[in-house]
Amino acid sequence: MSTPIFKVIKPGLQTTVQDLGRYGFREYGVSPSGAMDTYSLQMGNLLVGNDLGEAGLEAPLIGPVLLALHDVSIAICGGNLSPKINEQEVPLWKSIFIQKGQILSFGEVKEGVRSYICIAGGINVPLVLNSKSTYLTGKFGGFEGRALKEGDTLYGNPFIKRNRQLHANLIPKYTNPLTVRFIAGPHKDKFTSLGIETFLNEEYFISPKSSRMGFQLTGPIIEHSSPADIISDAIPLGGIQVPANGQPIILMAEHQTTGGYSRIGTVISTDIPLLAQALPGTKIRFKAISLQSAQNLLIECRKQIKCLYWFSRS
Amino acid sequence: MSVEIVPIGDSAITITFGNEIDESTHHQINQFLQNFRRNKIDGVIECVPTYTSIAIFYDPAKIEFSQLVKNIYSIYESPMESSPQRPIVYRIPVYYGGESGPDLRFVAEFNNISEQEVINLHSDREYLIYMIGFVPGFPYLGGLNKKIAAPRLEKPRATIAAGSVGIGGNQTGIYPTEVPSGWRIIGITPLSLFDIKNDKPSQLSAGNYVTFFPVNYEEFLTIKECVATKKYEVLTYKKGAEKT
Repeated sequence: MSTPIFKVIKPGLQTTVQDLGRYGFREYGVSPSGAMDTYSLQMGNLLVGNDLGEAGLEAPLIGPVLLALHDVSIAICGGNLSPKINEQEVPLWKSIFIQKGQILSFGEVKEGVRSYICIAGGINVPLVLNSKSTYLTGKFGGFEGRALKEGDTLYGNPFIKRNRQLHANLIPKYTNPLTVRFIAGPHKDKFTSLGIETFLNEEYFISPKSSRMGFQLTGPIIEHSSPADIISDAIPLGGIQVPANGQPIILMAEHQTTGGYSRIGTVISTDIPLLAQALPGTKIRFKAISLQSAQNLLIECRKQIKCLYWFSRS
Repeated sequence: MSVEIVPIGDSAITITFGNEIDESTHHQINQFLQNFRRNKIDGVIECVPTYTSIAIFYDPAKIEFSQLVKNIYSIYESPMESSPQRPIVYRIPVYYGGESGPDLRFVAEFNNISEQEVINLHSDREYLIYMIGFVPGFPYLGGLNKKIAAPRLEKPRATIAAGSVGIGGNQTGIYPTEVPSGWRIIGITPLSLFDIKNDKPSQLSAGNYVTFFPVNYEEFLTIKECVATKKYEVLTYKKGAEKT
């Protein structure tokens, strides 16, 4: 059973269907893709009673205009793009009810970058390689392998879930400057000690040339000790590449699977959602932490989300 | 010989087997990977073999870094349980030149040889697939004859057709999907090498080989038609065996 839930009146800047990503195919050159801010997506799903990994809409900067074709509960989490239902402002981080015939729209960017619109009952798009995520470069997954267009209809299995709200402590704060923690390496020997010091002590700005593939940063040049490039190897989410020009690039959700630029570090998993909400122009400071601390943070964060999930189900 | 293991972030590690691109390093990688996968370690998500290393993505909630490193060393040091699988050689039909191989003439002129010689030198050998990456299903192939190497385009093409076969510097490769490219495109294969409907979406995988054979335009069209109706099976043979 599949019911039409939303018709796209305006698509927004680049609204895509995303879940938690596509794993197991990196060795074939397939990027994991998935939500840039997996925390907000999961919280949105929790609020409407979905499984944590259900697909939602990721809408950066200019949100879509959607006409509801069915009564349904939704939750909007992440960046605050001034969501409205029939021109009335509606809150984020809370389950809200939209009636058939009403219009969900967005306005100015108040905080963050990406809004996640989670719909009770999820979005029915085919699973491609075990995921509903849109892989824009690969042109597959999600809604026909592309961002939404005017006239598209989204289908799902809508239901109503009222009065769920996230505790204020669980709502992230998007700050500028933003401190991003990382684990050093693996190509430390490709940089001079001055280069590493520069990276640790200076500030970098997120450039407007950033995308779902990666965030380009501008700032003081990070000096290489030997040729800047490496024999291409596999790259993880959050990998911090430094090409010969000394300006770092942080690899985000839709990163290439392999690359030939040396990497000075890897942003820790728990800081990726916050980074994903940083606007171009945001000032970034890097802070090295140990592998052990990063893994403890990740395990703790996942435990917390799971607890919330089980609590919400009971 | 030993390997170097370093974390790449909180959920992955890299095992480095050497610092040169060569077949012997790659064979080690391949052999290790076969052994590693046979062990089915809980918490390991996926492995990505590349030129000189393997990345292993894992869930730190399921397996600790130190435990994973221990497992890797013990697998690395243990003798192979069985002889390694013989690699597969995929025979890739290519329609060289024409509209879908616009740079064949350039590659010939650049190297002062005829177009036919370029085709002969391109299709006379087995290329090792070192890794798949860059875009879905793109094989990084080793072993191009230097006599047909050619510089990349100064201005990359915004898009090239799926199946395009190109030369970029000392490398050759096949573009399974439509992408931008700065390589010299010398031909096109009618095969569909990347298909999201398959559990293993990429026909090719690291550690195996490809060899090219020229086909004419009519054969190209016939194969393409058969591929579309799923009537064509890619020709293969085991490395070292007679061609079929």
